[in-house]
Amino acid sequence: MNFSFTDEQELFRSGVQRFLKDKSPTTEVRRLMATDTGYDPEVWRQLSDDLGLQAIQIPELYGGAGFGPVELGIVMEELGRSLLCAPYFSSTVLAANAILNAGNESQKLELLPDIASGQQLATVAVTEPNGRWDVDGIQCTASPAGGGFRLNGTKSFVLDGCVAILLVVVARKPDSTGEDGLTFFTLAGDAEGVTRRALQGMDPTRKLARIEFHNAEALPLGDVGNGYPALAKTLDQAVVALANEMVGGTQALLDSAVAYAKMRVQFGRAIGSFQAIKHKCADMLIDVELAKSAAYYAAQAAQEDDPEVPALASLAKVSASEAYMRTAANCIQIHGGIGFTWDNDTHLWYKRAKSSEALLGLPSYHRELLMQRWGY
Amino acid sequence: MANEESVRQAAREWLQANWDPEAGLLDWRNKLADSGWGVPHWPVEWYGKGLSAALSAVIEEEFVSANAVGVAKTGIRMLAAATLLEHGSDVHKDQFLRRILTGEDTWCQLFSEPGSGSDLAGATTRADLIEGRWVINGQKVWTTSAHHAQYGLLLARTNWDEPKHQGLSYFVLPMDQAGVEVQPLKQMNGHASFNQVFFTDAVIPPEYLVSTEGNGWQVAMTTLAHERRGADGVRGASKAGPRRGRIYDEERAETETVMEPYKWYPQRAGRVDLVAKRAEATGTIADPYVRQEIAKLLILAKSAEWTAHRARVAQQEGRPQGPEGSLGKLAASNIARACAHVHTLITGTDAMLTGEDSPMEGTIAEILVSVPATSIAGGTDEIQRNIIAERVLGMPKEPRFDTGPFRDVPRNIVT
Repeated sequence: MNFSFTDEQELFRSGVQRFLKDKSPTTEVRRLMATDTGYDPEVWRQLSDDLGLQAIQIPELYGGAGFGPVELGIVMEELGRSLLCAPYFSSTVLAANAILNAGNESQKLELLPDIASGQQLATVAVTEPNGRWDVDGIQCTASPAGGGFRLNGTKSFVLDGCVAILLVVVARKPDSTGEDGLTFFTLAGDAEGVTRRALQGMDPTRKLARIEFHNAEALPLGDVGNGYPALAKTLDQAVVALANEMVGGTQALLDSAVAYAKMRVQFGRAIGSFQAIKHKCADMLIDVELAKSAAYYAAQAAQEDDPEVPALASLAKVSASEAYMRTAANCIQIHGGIGFTWDNDTHLWYKRAKSSEALLGLPSYHRELLMQRWGY
Repeated sequence: MANEESVRQAAREWLQANWDPEAGLLDWRNKLADSGWGVPHWPVEWYGKGLSAALSAVIEEEFVSANAVGVAKTGIRMLAAATLLEHGSDVHKDQFLRRILTGEDTWCQLFSEPGSGSDLAGATTRADLIEGRWVINGQKVWTTSAHHAQYGLLLARTNWDEPKHQGLSYFVLPMDQAGVEVQPLKQMNGHASFNQVFFTDAVIPPEYLVSTEGNGWQVAMTTLAHERRGADGVRGASKAGPRRGRIYDEERAETETVMEPYKWYPQRAGRVDLVAKRAEATGTIADPYVRQEIAKLLILAKSAEWTAHRARVAQQEGRPQGPEGSLGKLAASNIARACAHVHTLITGTDAMLTGEDSPMEGTIAEILVSVPATSIAGGTDEIQRNIIAERVLGMPKEPRFDTGPFRDVPRNIVT
């Protein structure tokens, strides 16, 4: 499999990079992370008008740009590098993919164009207060009532759950277990029977919500009770996208650590001339590059619809997550005392690394998944 | 102008007309040297055809598909050849290159010393010009194949008043002489793949100086660059299809001798290929902790493999080399260490055993006692990290204490 980037893709990357450098300096990240909604609607609009990023991997038939996981990966990497505060992962990655994977033709035609244009903010609710990412963690029920369905239960860790206009919720048939009886449902974020509460996120750049459903009326996406393949695919795609986001953040941290080590003087010399520091940086570079290779490889495999994607997604998640956390801790260490202050930017990425480590499953969870997916 | 198709066609026709599995190995290789088909990327005047590396690869493919034997490539002979092609005189090329290709001469590399390992330029083996001949005294170490080599590539100090890099010269040393003593060096894994070489008034004729006096470091850099490019300089013979015939038997005998020192090298790298099989065979695959550790190892190995792939693609497409190209050696050390850890987990108490009493007739034990070599041989992990930090990340160098005349530089006392 050839997974190097083409000249066009590199050009696209530098365009995205320029935009984000301009629109998402850390002063803006700090401003937006302190708000309830966590994003700037004007920048969100420009992200669509200038670059069309919300449409990137949505097929042209549904108002999208018709690119694939590789181009989405490029966007994610740059978003991770710049820590843009925006409901991109929830809406463009999770919700659009869930609708693409689960919805029937008319549902896709109806729902996707507004997500592709950025006008509709959507999110996916899978996980519940138990924090599990496997199907056994899904307890929310959908019961038939009067020709429709009523949702009951609680979802948690829902990305941008408070600003989403459209909720895509995974629920199960009462008394079903495991992979059976699962269905994606859609309903409005402010529908009757829906109670939303913002969770206090340790990473303030990622807004999380807890959502309770009390007999909330919802519409099924696709076949009722057969949602498992679509859910599995949606999660694998999200994991690949997240791995690419993480390697962008990891690179930002390495760049910052190296720049500081070259500049900071102690004992009459730049601390970057000490082997204790430069060896740490060399190890960080290995972490970054190996994690990039895994993330790029997984994205290319997804582009080609390779049957190995589930395994590769888990592999890339672990590689990126471990690299991100190690690099974040090392970046603070190399900065010394100042690295532990609120004013220094390192903690923004450190917290993003930590929230990314847990989001969609910890490395230990994905290592076990990987072994199973490889048939061991 | 040669293109891929014409070159392929010409190689195919030449092989059809000339290749004979019942020929003698030496006769055949002389024919390759005379015709230029053995080393097509070498210059026309020296046994080659002056073709690009890409076109040479096409010819190599034709040799493989015809199952034809090539020139001798094993050991470090090709490093010697590459160095002499770049820096050697016509006398050197005339005298040495053909016998390198035919396999008649074996070469060794006399660089490392007991007192200078990572700091290769700190060599203290001395070469003094006495009555028109170079007289060599000192000691080299980690010399593969020295016990059956005809010639050595020698880095020795010819000037002690210059800074260390400028006082070195590069020589071709005839090994078969009274002043050269070769002793095997037994390693912690029980093998003796290397030698120590002692020089007591060994003699080198003046015309065996390579390049000029004091230019030895530059010449050595050429040798080392080719060594890095060629994965330790270790090259096996190509193999495809059944190999029956006189010439194959002769080649096999040669390969066995030359490759003997390298037979534990797969174990040195950790044998990631054995991990899953062994875990299934021992039942430890069911242990959740072992599963986690296996996954960690395989993730590391896979992502390193893909990183090497990215570097290769960048090179093939003529893109500037990114940092991914400099990390392979250090990643390999990490993988080897992780392998030893996981093999131990899988093997359990049997990890106390070796030889026939131990799993896989000692292969697992050999992994456990060979892996420490990986982070030392060919540049220690620490030196690799310095190189990556300074050349890739652009970090400042350490202050140096070895910049003055070499005779004043602090160095090891070797007894």
